[in-house]
Amino acid sequence: MSFLQVQGLGKRYGNAVALEDVDLSVHAGSRTAIVGRSGSGKTTLLRIVAGFESADSGRILLDGHPLVDGAGIVPAHRRGIGYVPQDGALFPHLSIADNIGFGLERGDAGRRSRILELLDAVELDPQMLERRPHELSGGQQQRVALARALARKPALMLLDEPFSALDTGLRDSLRRTVARVLCEAGIATILVTHDQAEALSFADQVAVMREGRLTQVGSPQELYRRPRDRETAAFLGDAIILPADVENGWASCSLGRLAVSAGSRRGAAEIMLRPEQLRLVVDDRDAPPNVPPNAGESGVESWGRVIDVEFGGSVCKVAVALGTVPGQRNPLLLRHSSLDLPRIGSRVRIHVEGEAHIFDTPLR
Amino acid sequence: MPLAFVVWITFQTGWDTVVELVFRRRVGELLVNTLLLVLLTLPLSILVAVTLAWLTERSDLPGRRFWAWLAVAPLAVPAFVHSYAWVTVAPGLHGLAAAVLVSVLAYSPFLYLPVAAQLRRLDPTMEDVAASLGHGPWRVFLTVVLPQLRLAVCGGSLLIGLHLLAEYGLYVMIQFDTFTTAIVDQFQSAYNGPAANMLAGVLVLLCMGLMGGEVLLRGHERYARVGSGAARRAAPVELGRATLPCLLIPLLFAALSLGVPLLTLGRWLAIGGSRIWQGADIGGAIVQTVALALAGALLTTLAAAPMAWLSVRAPGRLQRLLEACHYYVGSLPGVVVALSLVTITVRVALPLYQTVGTVLLAYLLLFLPRALVGLRASLAQAPVELERAAMALGRTPLQAVRQITFRLAAPGAAASMAMVALGITNELTATLMLAPSGTRTLATEFWSLTSEIDYAGAAPYAVMMVAASLPMTILLHIQSKRAAGR
Repeated sequence: MSFLQVQGLGKRYGNAVALEDVDLSVHAGSRTAIVGRSGSGKTTLLRIVAGFESADSGRILLDGHPLVDGAGIVPAHRRGIGYVPQDGALFPHLSIADNIGFGLERGDAGRRSRILELLDAVELDPQMLERRPHELSGGQQQRVALARALARKPALMLLDEPFSALDTGLRDSLRRTVARVLCEAGIATILVTHDQAEALSFADQVAVMREGRLTQVGSPQELYRRPRDRETAAFLGDAIILPADVENGWASCSLGRLAVSAGSRRGAAEIMLRPEQLRLVVDDRDAPPNVPPNAGESGVESWGRVIDVEFGGSVCKVAVALGTVPGQRNPLLLRHSSLDLPRIGSRVRIHVEGEAHIFDTPLR
Repeated sequence: MPLAFVVWITFQTGWDTVVELVFRRRVGELLVNTLLLVLLTLPLSILVAVTLAWLTERSDLPGRRFWAWLAVAPLAVPAFVHSYAWVTVAPGLHGLAAAVLVSVLAYSPFLYLPVAAQLRRLDPTMEDVAASLGHGPWRVFLTVVLPQLRLAVCGGSLLIGLHLLAEYGLYVMIQFDTFTTAIVDQFQSAYNGPAANMLAGVLVLLCMGLMGGEVLLRGHERYARVGSGAARRAAPVELGRATLPCLLIPLLFAALSLGVPLLTLGRWLAIGGSRIWQGADIGGAIVQTVALALAGALLTTLAAAPMAWLSVRAPGRLQRLLEACHYYVGSLPGVVVALSLVTITVRVALPLYQTVGTVLLAYLLLFLPRALVGLRASLAQAPVELERAAMALGRTPLQAVRQITFRLAAPGAAASMAMVALGITNELTATLMLAPSGTRTLATEFWSLTSEIDYAGAAPYAVMMVAASLPMTILLHIQSKRAAGR
């Protein structure tokens, strides 16, 4: 039984479609990430769930009770849904303690201890209580914003790109804290982000949004390994996309014969590999150029020539033109450790591991 | 200088006389009058201004931009023209209630401007967050929006308060006695130096109390938005069925604050016909006003230039102190400045008494802050790097200043000169008290005609003053919009 249900949600601004026929369900205590480029409609969806904006059509049910049902709308302050905006939006005229306690009743006896408890949960120093928001760093402000949203023990927490304004190191540590705190509290969470890595590492369920529609919803592993189309594949990470001829669970392509996941497909198709499936082996032995690529014991191998090397610290990029297909226009961009970088012009073996993925969509 | 003058006069008069002059019934009455005026006008103005600002900035009121202009427009009508209009409409109007009514109508734009700008700047996300924390719309407004308007409300209230203390013409016309009217009366009837001077002393104390109160209320809190990125624009609140009653609020305000003066002026112009436009009187008054305004503006801008230069290029503690002093003098009522200049010229430099020089000096003291603000902004347009670049290209320092900085700062300097000139055009109190006999400006001429109950004859002068104030009003409105980033 899903906890939050969004059914057929639609929203327009004038002629521009912001959301179209969006369906989403979120299980109690789970973490969902909605990921999409800016302007894809993900923030609009979040704001409608929060109650800051109205929908044109569709329904939203929280724990079986309708929040949005046609024209009937429960106002934001009666929904009991927590919200953390992009920059925290702490009240500048209140101290940290008053910010966190904003949603608690003023005269409540346990107010002070609850504030301290929340401060501790987000790993902040109690000395900060009397400070003002502008005296805190960006990461600390976000922690306070989270504590403030947790104060009323919401059933659902909405996070609107809360990490995007922070630098990388801080972002990761804060993300782990947030995930832990919400998990301990058992609060279902929806995170909106444009950062695919953040979405994949944070959530149990990832929903990809494009032009106001949810194009694919599933577990992070599933979405990453088996995206429905080219755009989703490219959005969720680097992808190597090759034309292929598919038959009986095998795809013939410029890298040779590869096992594919969808066994029933036949004919021309596009296959996708993630860069980590491809391994470069520097091999200066002169390989016989006319030996066809063969299925080795631990995967497929083919030959190529290095045409460019881009140093990038721990992981470097190597452009390889495949030897078997002379005059191929697009070289493969492969990742390689910086320890034994091949020289430009050297011959390399390319080792493929795992299955290739075939897109659902027909070849264009 | 006027401050030093007040202290000096107090010493000269002797403590006993001071006590005798200050602690008497008349002063008590004036004090009660003035305090009541301030205490009643300020809350009402805040209410009016916040309501209008919210309606024009945050609701879907039809014709919001039009109403926003109308809310600022009363500034174009000098305060004493406001009361002139009201006295014509309702001859029985006088006393405290009338004073409060006309003051609210004439001065609430001073609050509307900063409050509207602040409302526009507020980050609506905070209101969203407050709603998600279980606060209803009213509570959100009271706990989140209103506290963040505090700076704007404090600043606007201070400005209105100082105007209430300093205004002369408005209250004379509706027969309401404040310190300022009493000082001018005292000065004109008996030329009773010490008595007027002591009243001025109390008035200065009141002004300083007002400024001190503002500093206390304002506090040291920071109200700027925390966080990065641009704030989203707030979605306007749908008024729905409340639209019609809400529409009545700005309509009523505009009718009272603009409709009444314009209708009265129109009526007097119609009654007066062509007679009131004839004769050399108006021409002479215009020439004199323009001459005084231009001379005063030039002098003030020249005097402000070094100070503005220092504050932009070499900001330091001494410099800030000096600047603060000038702001305080500028916020002193014209009547105090005039009185101190009268006394000083009479005692120290009698040949200067009642000369154009003294009037110009008074203008300089009164309008220096206005010139400073404009000049500083325009000098900031010409960063020092440009001068250095010019010097690196072989210009001498003086050449660089002349060819780069002056050139870039010129438009802003011209604008601030225009502001000062317009202020002088509508200045009444100091001009009345200091100008050589025979001086006739638009304001004094209007004043003497209304004193003779020739309301029709005064109308053309009022119209010209309104016309002269229009550019300033428009500029203020545009500046407040730009300050809010729109």
